[in-house]
Amino acid sequence: MSTAVAQKKGFGAFMWDYLTTVDHKKIAHLYLVAGGLFFLLGGLEAMIIRIQLIKPDNEFISAGLYNEMITMHGTTMIFLAAMPLLFALMNAVVPLQIGARDVAFPFLNSLGFWLFFFGGLILNFSWFMGGAPDAGWTAYAPLSTTSPTHGVDFYVMGLQISGAGTLIGGINFLVTIVNMRAPGMSYMRMPLFTWTVFVTSTLILFAFPALTVGLFLMMFDRMFGSVFFDVASGGNVIIWEHLFWIFGHPEVYILILPVFGVFSEVFSTFSKKRLFGYSAMVFATVLIGFLGFMVWAHHMFTTGMGPVANSIFAVTTMAIAVPTGIKIFNWLFTMWGGTIRMTTAMLWSVAFIPTFTIGGMTGVMLAAAAADYQYHDTYFVVAHFHYVIVGGVVFGIFAALHYWWPKMFGKVLNEKLGKWAFWPFFIGFHLTFFIQHFLGLMGMPRRYWKFLDGQGLDTGNLISTIGAFFMALGVIIFLWNVIYTAMKEPKASADPFDGRTLEWSIPSPPPFYNFKQTPLVRGLDALWIEKSEGKKAMTPAEPLGDIHMPYGSIIPFVMSFGLFIAGFGFIYQVDNPVWLSLVFIGMGITLGSMFVRSVKDDLGYHIHKEDLEKGDGQV
Amino acid sequence: MSNEDILNPKQMPHEPEKATLEGKNKFLGFWFFLGGETVLFASLFGTYLALNDSTAGGPGTEELFGLELVFVMTMLLLTSSLTSVYAMYHMKNNNFSKMMVWLGVTVALGFTFLGFEIYEFYHYIHEYEFTFRSSALGSAFYTLVGFHGGHVLFGLLWILTLMGRNAKRGLNLYNAPKFYIASLYWHFIDVVWVFIFTVVYLMGKVG
Ligand SMILES: [Cu+2]
Repeated sequence: MSTAVAQKKGFGAFMWDYLTTVDHKKIAHLYLVAGGLFFLLGGLEAMIIRIQLIKPDNEFISAGLYNEMITMHGTTMIFLAAMPLLFALMNAVVPLQIGARDVAFPFLNSLGFWLFFFGGLILNFSWFMGGAPDAGWTAYAPLSTTSPTHGVDFYVMGLQISGAGTLIGGINFLVTIVNMRAPGMSYMRMPLFTWTVFVTSTLILFAFPALTVGLFLMMFDRMFGSVFFDVASGGNVIIWEHLFWIFGHPEVYILILPVFGVFSEVFSTFSKKRLFGYSAMVFATVLIGFLGFMVWAHHMFTTGMGPVANSIFAVTTMAIAVPTGIKIFNWLFTMWGGTIRMTTAMLWSVAFIPTFTIGGMTGVMLAAAAADYQYHDTYFVVAHFHYVIVGGVVFGIFAALHYWWPKMFGKVLNEKLGKWAFWPFFIGFHLTFFIQHFLGLMGMPRRYWKFLDGQGLDTGNLISTIGAFFMALGVIIFLWNVIYTAMKEPKASADPFDGRTLEWSIPSPPPFYNFKQTPLVRGLDALWIEKSEGKKAMTPAEPLGDIHMPYGSIIPFVMSFGLFIAGFGFIYQVDNPVWLSLVFIGMGITLGSMFVRSVKDDLGYHIHKEDLEKGDGQV
Repeated sequence: MSNEDILNPKQMPHEPEKATLEGKNKFLGFWFFLGGETVLFASLFGTYLALNDSTAGGPGTEELFGLELVFVMTMLLLTSSLTSVYAMYHMKNNNFSKMMVWLGVTVALGFTFLGFEIYEFYHYIHEYEFTFRSSALGSAFYTLVGFHGGHVLFGLLWILTLMGRNAKRGLNLYNAPKFYIASLYWHFIDVVWVFIFTVVYLMGKVG
């Protein structure tokens, strides 16, 4: 069902449709819109930060507000922009790539989205309710436990609720990929994007609970008087650092692995070649995922863990450069000798390679524990992680959106505008962040509200701010492209890019049941195999039959809304126990809807074979 | 074939919990979920171990814990794990009433355990003034053991809901996976308790 058809039903029905949907393709739309809005918000915060730093001793915003800006910029971009945008891609593509009709748990898929959404709302409500969190996105104790406003409470509740949504999403994709693959699709025939989503989901599963516990401890300290991080009562603030980074380091791989998958698809498609070294790529992905769990303390070299711990974590960190290097070379070799088409998706992917390589190099520099004492908490670190997260994740998301836009919305994004968006963003990005390496080496600390005149930091900061405006321009042109494409571009064919994987074997956008008949997979690049044998479509693995579909449900929305209400109760009961009533109401709503879900059978329905045959002409 | 026919076959398969795709998904998804729960409890154990002698001048573990009570609690929970195994055995043989009886026994044992735990906390608070707020040890102890207790309570309410909902209609391929994963959850809670018994109580008494 396309968006256009839905709109004809009237706005109320359209909203209700999205509030209750359990269709992975619509949930992808929800993630994309919500994640996109939070991305703009985080971008606005970034612009305010850069404007404050445009000149020495600037008074554009106050010091307190500046702390709120940097905290919310980081938190929003990681948890509310990058994660959901990746979940949008995972939802839009993975079931199609494995030849499935939906994810394993459509209901939980919807629940995961609404939990994320309401968690993000709570976090941002803080702006209007006495001040946003101001202890940095890492919220180190005791800075966070002693922060006087409710800001950090909003951080704790917001991340706790949205984190639960992410965990649910991770489990859902694991089961989907293990259990729902089409006949013939063995693990070593899965498209690389699906592989990376699989590994990322594993990381989500094992990393997020550590954050959950960290957030609980902080919640108990701030709201219920426990003393985990209160040194006077025997507490230990380093526990937070460990828990946060046991989650936090795998989190960067949770973000980067799916876009590694995206680049693999894009390079292969637009070079008209099979991905070079497929099995090495799979191996490297799994190895990165595995090593990602043994390096967390490289964020804590200056905490005082001692030379032995520092050395171990330095070595494991450097080791990750090996599988990552394997990937970089495999992408280059995929392009080597291929018939390259420089589409916008390809442009973002090609730009990613040098950008990410710079970020990886500074990563190895930072991994040298002894040298890290010099870099720690300077703009060198800021430059490094923006090179990997913007140069990797954001470039990857842009590449993916241009690549899969027709599959998600039925139209190919305008190529000319796509390139017009790319160049200012790409140039602006390097203007903003390359110079920050040197600002950091010159000793400019991160997170400082002001810098002073006459320390050689003026020009660098000015250049950096100018770059940020270029990036904003790129984003605006991209948004214009989205609107322009929706208005002016013609409908896309099923396979506009001469694709290789299963999602290109069905219409753009696909019917709500995806595959009328489950396809038979005969190898890697399943569709390409059929094409190279002169066939136009996949060979079905089953005769045409009834299709089982799940019903939509409003319960996920209500369940998440209950936690949203309870969240405010938890935050404000510190001031007045009356607010505990909100906790009971909210938890009542959530547990009540869980109860309803448990006792009411949800068996789904069947689309009958005859109806599928009737629709034959249209599909 | 309608949903009802599919879910109520004339001959129940030997493993009704994994006979449908939904059942298989639930089964696997729940194992993954337990993997996440393992990390959750591992983090709580780590926190506890980091703080287990941060008494802040208050009572320490050696002074507080009495192994008799905890031993009885351990036996209760271990037995309840066994009775839930019986329940699943009868489920696989499609003997609904016996399954319900053993689940009933499991729930009764679980509630008794919870009663003892509440008594234990009450005892520490009133005899020793050892509370959630009195020391970092107190915070860590009540959080770790309390999280486990919360899991026990949730598990009990879950099993009771399933029993109540399906009391009249018996076993089918829709609810068999539900019973099965509830019992998996119950085993998991039991395993966590064995670790709590060892790490918190035994090591607290000896170490
Ligand atoms: Cu790291």
